[in-house]
Amino acid sequence: MPKLPAPPLPKSLQPRPKRPGENGNGAVRPVEAAQEAGITVVDWIDERTSLSGGIRWLLFRKVPKGINWFYTLGSATMFAFLNQAVTGVFLAMFYRPDAAGGAYESVRYITDDAFLGQLVRAMHKWGASVMIILIFLHMARVFFFGAYKYPRELTWIIGVVLLILTLAMGFTGYLLPFDQRSYWATIVGVNINGTGPFIGPYLSDFLRAGPEFGATTLSRFYAIHMMLIPGLIAALIGAHLYLITKLGISAPPWIKAQEDPGLRESQV
Amino acid sequence: MPGTFDGETVTRRRFMTAVTHSAGGVAAMAFTLPALGFAIGPLFSREPFDWQPIGPTSDFTEQTYVTRVLTIVQGIGEAGNSIAYVRKRDPAIDTEPEDQYNHFVALSSRCMHLGCPVRFVSAAQRFICPCHGGVYDFRGMVAGGPPVRPLDRFYTRVTSAGMVELGPRYSVNSELHRFSPRDPGQPLDGVGQYLYPKRFDTSILPQS
Repeated sequence: MPKLPAPPLPKSLQPRPKRPGENGNGAVRPVEAAQEAGITVVDWIDERTSLSGGIRWLLFRKVPKGINWFYTLGSATMFAFLNQAVTGVFLAMFYRPDAAGGAYESVRYITDDAFLGQLVRAMHKWGASVMIILIFLHMARVFFFGAYKYPRELTWIIGVVLLILTLAMGFTGYLLPFDQRSYWATIVGVNINGTGPFIGPYLSDFLRAGPEFGATTLSRFYAIHMMLIPGLIAALIGAHLYLITKLGISAPPWIKAQEDPGLRESQV
Repeated sequence: MPGTFDGETVTRRRFMTAVTHSAGGVAAMAFTLPALGFAIGPLFSREPFDWQPIGPTSDFTEQTYVTRVLTIVQGIGEAGNSIAYVRKRDPAIDTEPEDQYNHFVALSSRCMHLGCPVRFVSAAQRFICPCHGGVYDFRGMVAGGPPVRPLDRFYTRVTSAGMVELGPRYSVNSELHRFSPRDPGQPLDGVGQYLYPKRFDTSILPQS
């Protein structure tokens, strides 16, 4: 296996060569020992996992000329997802999926009484809209830059599945505050599902867990919202990132390919 | 290459591979199938229903609707309630054939566009939906807007003590033929009843 080149660290971060006499008598000073400690730990892990190669493969890769701020929209979407995941976990510590009134009361408690609850809930609520906006902007960038073309079709397909899953997150999460707006919006949404011919009626029965909006509909939406879909999204983001790293990112369409004179047929 | 022994048609390696894959498949099915059945089970369990008394026959007239709250799902408070608009059958306008279940007309407040609650506006003699502008006339037939069929109805019956009772909900097409209850947004005229088949879990009227 070829040795990977050293990561191109900026000057300020590169280790300073030792000056003569700095460590004259060969004794290790405490500062040096402390500096060594971190390196030793990382070395210990790396010797057993070889993770550094993977990290270098993921982070220190070549990118084409001409990339710009539009190329950050995918990462931005991922960070919006991470924001949703983190705030969602902490909201779940207070939320109670009880259709008889406990759900609304627990959301009221989060908003009005819990320390920083209003902030965390607002981050989750507004972050959801931000994620939807960013994912569409990211898709528009990929579409208009032609970045979905060979060999990146599978990356695009996974991205479309991620888009659908994100919209499903929006649909299932909308019910959870369990106020009038979320209740009736979910009734309408489930009935829109039901208008699909042949399977529609059974699909809405599945979503409601029965013919009517019942006692387990809310907990069903909650389980889909916080376990089923997030797991799928996380796994598919992993596949998406693998393909991006494996295939490299595409140059903007206005960058012309540079001809290599060495490859040109010699003139006779 | 055949197996190690004479007459062996499958090598030991292939046999072991097949056994390992089968064992893995059985183990995966052992938790996937019950979990899946658990999730889709409610599609197949029929909802029970009770006849709910809503008042003596003297409460209801032919001229206007009386509002009654009924419980569709037990144990979840207000979210399990729905509203029925009830009046006495008026032979002058109710042209559908009379039987023991429609001496009193009970309309569901569920809009047949997408399920919002309609309300009866007595000045207009119309049912109006707040969400997308569906309008129904006094009999619950579509008078305008996006609804795809008339308002659903409830079976009603009169007990020997003179109490009106509500039974399960049923759906009607534009000629007021009865169908097993469908969700809003699913038309029942023409091919509609075949595009949107009846489900396994809706309560039906017991044979009596």
